[in-house]
Amino acid sequence: MKNLLEVKNLTVKFPTRNGIFEAVRNISFSLGRERLGIVGESGSGKSMTGRAILRLIRNPGILEADHITLEGKDLLMLSEKEMYKVRGHRISMIMQDPKFSLNPVMRIGDQICEAYRLHARASKAEAKKKTLSMLENVLIRDPARVFKSYPHEMSGGMGQRIMIAMMLIPDPQILIADEPTSALDVTVQKEVLEIMDKLVRERGMGLIFISHDLNVVSAFCDRVLIMYAGKIVETCRADRLHEATHPYTVGLLNSIPQLEHPADHLQVLQRDEAWSKAPSVSGIVKTEDLA
Amino acid sequence: MSKGNNAGIGLEHVNVWFGKDEERVDAVKDAGFTVPFGGSFGLVGESGSGKSTILRAITGLAPNWSGNISVLGKELGHDRGKEFYSAVQMVFQDPYASLHPRQTVDRVLTEALTLHGFDNINDCIVKILDDVGLDRSFRFRWPHQLSGGQRQRVAIARALIIEPTILLLDEPTSALDVSVQAEILNLLKRLRRERELTYLMVSHDLAVVGHMCSEIAVMNDGEIVEVLGVEDLRALKAKHPYTKDLLDASVQKRRDE
Repeated sequence: MKNLLEVKNLTVKFPTRNGIFEAVRNISFSLGRERLGIVGESGSGKSMTGRAILRLIRNPGILEADHITLEGKDLLMLSEKEMYKVRGHRISMIMQDPKFSLNPVMRIGDQICEAYRLHARASKAEAKKKTLSMLENVLIRDPARVFKSYPHEMSGGMGQRIMIAMMLIPDPQILIADEPTSALDVTVQKEVLEIMDKLVRERGMGLIFISHDLNVVSAFCDRVLIMYAGKIVETCRADRLHEATHPYTVGLLNSIPQLEHPADHLQVLQRDEAWSKAPSVSGIVKTEDLA
Repeated sequence: MSKGNNAGIGLEHVNVWFGKDEERVDAVKDAGFTVPFGGSFGLVGESGSGKSTILRAITGLAPNWSGNISVLGKELGHDRGKEFYSAVQMVFQDPYASLHPRQTVDRVLTEALTLHGFDNINDCIVKILDDVGLDRSFRFRWPHQLSGGQRQRVAIARALIIEPTILLLDEPTSALDVSVQAEILNLLKRLRRERELTYLMVSHDLAVVGHMCSEIAVMNDGEIVEVLGVEDLRALKAKHPYTKDLLDASVQKRRDE
């Protein structure tokens, strides 16, 4: 098994009135055909990491890295035009709130067809057929009706399924999901995660799952990177997240109220200056180690 | 309003609806529960189940309702007086939206005090900032200079500065990180103990409600399907199938399988 993606010494900077702010500081990680979770608080740089992979950092933001390689090809070397072929086609991204990522004045079916036809040479009829079967894949009961609907007619859970269908229809190798279920209810959340999990497994894709919810990540991913202040402070196997050793991870885990273990007073995270000064932990897994 | 009898909040056969005729949507159907004075009561359910609408009906933000709502032993009409608002205050979900962007913390708090006729404004503000764990330097800051947790502290200060007896909490921590959520929940728990407040809290997170409340009502599709004590909830002893689903979904997240 080979690594699909390797990111080396990635830094994302924003110039501000008070000097340069580093949102992501010198992090390295790799992604195989696995589910990689990135967790951390808001402002820890996890979303910026996701966007940086697709080179979606807008001016005046600055993106620096030794390399971001997708199957041996450095994405930093590509022109903006060549990047269009990577985005969506080879790496696609699901954002947090479907309400803001779907076009409100375009029928859902047309939006998905458009996504498909941008990347594959297909007739309209073919695209429609493919779209309907994709909608079925994300367990939408009445694909023909949804095809003709507008986004405002859909609930949050349906909207997120539609986003998944739209992002997976060009058959990408990597899916970056940025808080895909944070805006959903717990019961719906489970369904959406299961759908995503099934499709990612079947297609042998790599998944980067960005979330602030440690429980979801621990149950859903294979490997986890824990980010704090733009750095990776710890990496571990997702099912061993509860045995994590870094005080930040432990603090986060302890601050979650638990139904079965009531406590009168919740533990509050005590931040340590040293965490943000310590160098970033590498999240690169050597190909040999995976074999 | 008297604190004499044991009633904090009481609802009987409450219906809340929006729209007219064919467009009418019944958001809350025949809801009833009581919160004892000094108690803490939780409402859980999915989005759209009507839990926030109940809070809005109590505060008078949802005009179309029928049934009986009583607060501190007094039946509410459709018009709420000043007396009501000095006893009942609300904290909203999104601290990024609930503070006026062009008013400083000081002005937000002063406005609440003048509206309710307090005269020792300076002392009250200093005291409340201290109580919610904000440094005095925060007094003249603007909302955009505060973090999410600090904003929610200001929102809590705004609600508590006029010394109400009942606090309605609408998902007070769902927009915050878990580490900040712990701080705010601890703060709310401490304030309730110190000031003998009555809480009615809405949340979609069973663990949060289980941590804060002693009694919990589960809502689905506008109806209260089950009311259960926190011990039953912790022991996962739910009777209604919907509550079981909800419990399953939130406990399963934590299992390492």
